[in-house]
Amino acid sequence: MAEKYLTRSFDPAGPRSFKTYADTGGYSGARKALAEMTPAMVMGEVKAAHLRGRGGAGFPAGLKWGFIPQASPAPKYLCVNADEGEPGTFKDRYILAHDPHLLLEGVVIVSYAVGIHKAYVYVRGEYEELARRLEEAISEAVSQGALGENIFGSGFSLNVLVHRGAGAYICGEETALLESLEGYRGQPRLKPPFPASVGLFGNSTVINNVETLANLPGIILHGADWFLGLGKPKDGGTRLYSVSGSVVKPGVYELPTGTSLREIIFTHAGGLAPGRTLKAVIPGGLSSAILLPGEIDVAMDCDSLAAAGSMIGSAGIIVIDDGVSMKTVLDRVTKFYAHESCGQCTPCRVGTSWIRRIVRRMNGGGRRADDLDRIARLAEAMKGRTFCPFGDAAALPVLALIGKFRTELEG
Amino acid sequence: MTTGFSEGLRARIDNIFARYPNRRSALLPVLHLVQRERGFIGPDDEILVAGLCGLRPVEVREVLTFYTMFRREPAGRRLLQVCTNLSCAIRGGGRILDHLRRTLGLEPGQTTPDGRFTLVEVECLGACDKGPCLMVGEKLHEGLTLEAVDKLLRESG
Repeated sequence: MAEKYLTRSFDPAGPRSFKTYADTGGYSGARKALAEMTPAMVMGEVKAAHLRGRGGAGFPAGLKWGFIPQASPAPKYLCVNADEGEPGTFKDRYILAHDPHLLLEGVVIVSYAVGIHKAYVYVRGEYEELARRLEEAISEAVSQGALGENIFGSGFSLNVLVHRGAGAYICGEETALLESLEGYRGQPRLKPPFPASVGLFGNSTVINNVETLANLPGIILHGADWFLGLGKPKDGGTRLYSVSGSVVKPGVYELPTGTSLREIIFTHAGGLAPGRTLKAVIPGGLSSAILLPGEIDVAMDCDSLAAAGSMIGSAGIIVIDDGVSMKTVLDRVTKFYAHESCGQCTPCRVGTSWIRRIVRRMNGGGRRADDLDRIARLAEAMKGRTFCPFGDAAALPVLALIGKFRTELEG
Repeated sequence: MTTGFSEGLRARIDNIFARYPNRRSALLPVLHLVQRERGFIGPDDEILVAGLCGLRPVEVREVLTFYTMFRREPAGRRLLQVCTNLSCAIRGGGRILDHLRRTLGLEPGQTTPDGRFTLVEVECLGACDKGPCLMVGEKLHEGLTLEAVDKLLRESG
């Protein structure tokens, strides 16, 4: 069954208005939650749906909400992570550009379930136009009673505000996002405490990715069983796969969780251009370990990719053909992480820039015999030794490149 | 010399303050506004923003130097931001950057002597399916060819 939910009515001409969204059943999930369900029922339904986070970590959304202490009278916050920065990922851009009300309906649902009355949408700085459109969509929703005071006459109120970043990949990491929202440099916090207990302004905070929240209206309207039926038993629903690089039809494809990587590339994205052959695939954004052509019969879900030694991450699939040098790939990957390291933890700050210097020297013709081993040692030294997952994200793709393409990189 | 912010800008900054429980949280949006009005954020602006947000100037500087979109010097009238990350590189992002380098006689980070263009190399812009891509000011241009870039240059600035 190739049922589409998230993209079923993406309007290529521009964002759907409140009216077109509502006329095609939009906001009926939020209405149902507010009118017929208790917050606990909403949370239970999402837990049962095994909705796993679409931002990169793949953490079950319902479980995450469950960590918020319910008894506390202190305010709770929602932060929507729209800081889409993982290279090769552009699905949240599609949601914001085509169907902002789908996101806003999800925001209402999670806020009701957790008891939140104030939400910030952290939009990456470069998405300025999308941030403006989202603000327009919010105003529309407020004027139609779908946001603001007394939503759909339920007595539940929610204020949603847009906050723009200013160009820093690290702010997609949830605690760096909080720091940035509070007006500081985007340097991740040491966990624990987790944001569920000490988050924005010191209060309990839920942080969810745009695509994760866009799944909520469907789960509430059609139920957890419907959602599970779309995907895998422990990883429900469809996913938005961003496909780029050497394919005939790059784009966002909504397909069941667990669709094979080969099928996505060759059946949906049109395969490679005539005369080109597949050399490698990065399956889950730049931070995921690269796969060889013999490894692409893997199901695109959290657990299967982990078992294959990589990760689904943001499901940003970058296809690499035989005309692309792996030296270029190593160069690009190491340049990115050296540029984006926030500089807080020594292993990452020193490791990424040291690796970068070695790669520059190698590509400039000054290669030494032990360069790749030295890079691998530096990468190993970053793994698990930083506040946030950036250290691993910088290390794993480099180690995979060296492991799988050593001969070419040494040539 | 510190000249102060215009009445209009002050009013917009006050609107932003109303959105947060404290003034520090408004720092990024305030810096965006100031940069939009002034073109960049100079030392005087840092002091003014610090005063409004209840911070020391150094606290403003440490934030604005962290984020790549904030400029501490004037840029050209058209800021050209070329993505050269992997997906765009596979589709020719490097050729676009080289072409702009040659045509404008600039290295990334530099501005043409006539003040028309500033060239910048950026990380992923989230438009990988339509690469190579380039932002001119706020506007994203996708699926670029060298001819399309030449046309953009002629029509800009």
